[in-house]
Amino acid sequence: MALLDKHAKVEKNVTLLLVLTLITVAIGGLVEIVPLYTIKNTIERVEGVRPYSPLELAGRDIYIREGCYLCHSQQVRPFRDEVERYGHYSLAAESMYDHPFQWGSKRTGPDLARVGGKYSNDWHAAHLADPRSLVPESVMPPYAFLYERNLRPEDYRAHLEANVAVGVPYSEEAIENAAADMRAQADPNGDHEALLARYPKAAVGDFDGQPDRLTEMDALIAYLQILGRMVDFTDVRPEDLTQN
Amino acid sequence: MPTKIEKDAVTGTETTGHEWDGIKELNTPLPKWWLYVFYATIAWSLVYFVLYPAIPYLSGATEGVLGWSSREQVVKQLAEAEAAQAEYLEAIGGTELAAISDDATLFEFARRGGEAAFNENCAQCHGVGGAGNPGGFPVLADDVWLWGGTLEAIHTTLQHGIRWNDDPETRFSEMPPYGDIFSREEIGQVADYVLSLSGQVPEGADLEAGATLFADNCAACHGEQGGGMNELGAPRLNDAVWLYGGQREEIVSQITRPRHGVMPAWGGRLDEDTVKMLTIYVHSLGGGE
Repeated sequence: MALLDKHAKVEKNVTLLLVLTLITVAIGGLVEIVPLYTIKNTIERVEGVRPYSPLELAGRDIYIREGCYLCHSQQVRPFRDEVERYGHYSLAAESMYDHPFQWGSKRTGPDLARVGGKYSNDWHAAHLADPRSLVPESVMPPYAFLYERNLRPEDYRAHLEANVAVGVPYSEEAIENAAADMRAQADPNGDHEALLARYPKAAVGDFDGQPDRLTEMDALIAYLQILGRMVDFTDVRPEDLTQN
Repeated sequence: MPTKIEKDAVTGTETTGHEWDGIKELNTPLPKWWLYVFYATIAWSLVYFVLYPAIPYLSGATEGVLGWSSREQVVKQLAEAEAAQAEYLEAIGGTELAAISDDATLFEFARRGGEAAFNENCAQCHGVGGAGNPGGFPVLADDVWLWGGTLEAIHTTLQHGIRWNDDPETRFSEMPPYGDIFSREEIGQVADYVLSLSGQVPEGADLEAGATLFADNCAACHGEQGGGMNELGAPRLNDAVWLYGGQREEIVSQITRPRHGVMPAWGGRLDEDTVKMLTIYVHSLGGGE
């Protein structure tokens, strides 16, 4: 019991205990932190992934607020059944501007990583408001109140800046125009040129059937409609998707 | 406090040598079978470390002797699955839509394949079996078609979608909002006339005024008798089948500020064979022309 006797020394000497604890915690910390400095290695070099537009970002916030990730994953795994059902398997690059990512770990509902462009805006609005009106066997709760909750575009400048602080490359111009971009994206008659130059492939138009209002429903649908659409996989060969 | 390890008189088992306030702990060994299975799993994990990607280092991880990767595996599995169906898929790719039904086996393959794709991609809007949904999601199992029910027409709709801006060849038409053109009274008259086309004449309706307005404004697309026009996606109005509801106020609303359905283009999303199989399936639901 020699080891046990020595342990008694540690337990009786506060300074020694403190120093040894610090060393132990530091090793654990390093193991978790050091890989983050090399995380870029895991990101595949593919074209098209861009930061979220302000409206999409607002939708992402609602997605997180309502806990959508508890039932919906956003990660198509590299298995035959998933690829045949949802499309190309997810890449690390596709969530490189997600803070935090929404991969999820539970699929009560279907995976949403490639839901963008799969359904019309009308369907999304009707389905979010009352899922069982369209999918009778669904167990998803209704989110009709999103129609009633207005967005405040002025708030989103700060939101973009916060994303810049964690490494999302929003340009000065994008930050300046955050509120205007947000309004333009949900305005069917708006000028979308600048918006689409900054955020290619963004879905534009009236999302929730209320063209004169900017609601959380608009934001959530705009977010869902971009999911999985940024990378064009028609020209991507499997051997291009290396991670190192 | 550590004490001497001794044999317990009652059980015959050794103690651990720990004692707390006179209570001693027996050192009951783990069952041998459990212990050896545990050691075996440790040995197995070492084999895994060698064979498969395992130990991370700064810019990657060890690749393992087998060089296995989940991404290569899925590419291989997909290729195998395609090879297994190659006979039929090639036949579908090489056969005209209209000729697929000549070969009963090929037709059945296409219909089943189409059904699987339909249930994953289409049933959310159009309902299982094409039963449709209220609010502008058309029934596909009847013989009412907005953009045509021939194999070619269904294929074009599937491939390019409806009012799907990302596809330059998408089907497109828009009814003007007559709320900006007609007075409220005139809209009411037209709505009454539209109802009368399918044999429902509202009480006290001025059908003559409605008929004149309809002939001057609506008949160009919807047809003189409200027969509709598939080339423009103008719905038939004389069959008592309604996309956005058949109540008078629903018709008034649709005339005042029309809603327009949107369908995604599946051409870029699904491969050509799947779109073809979907065409066969939708056409076979009951209303194919």
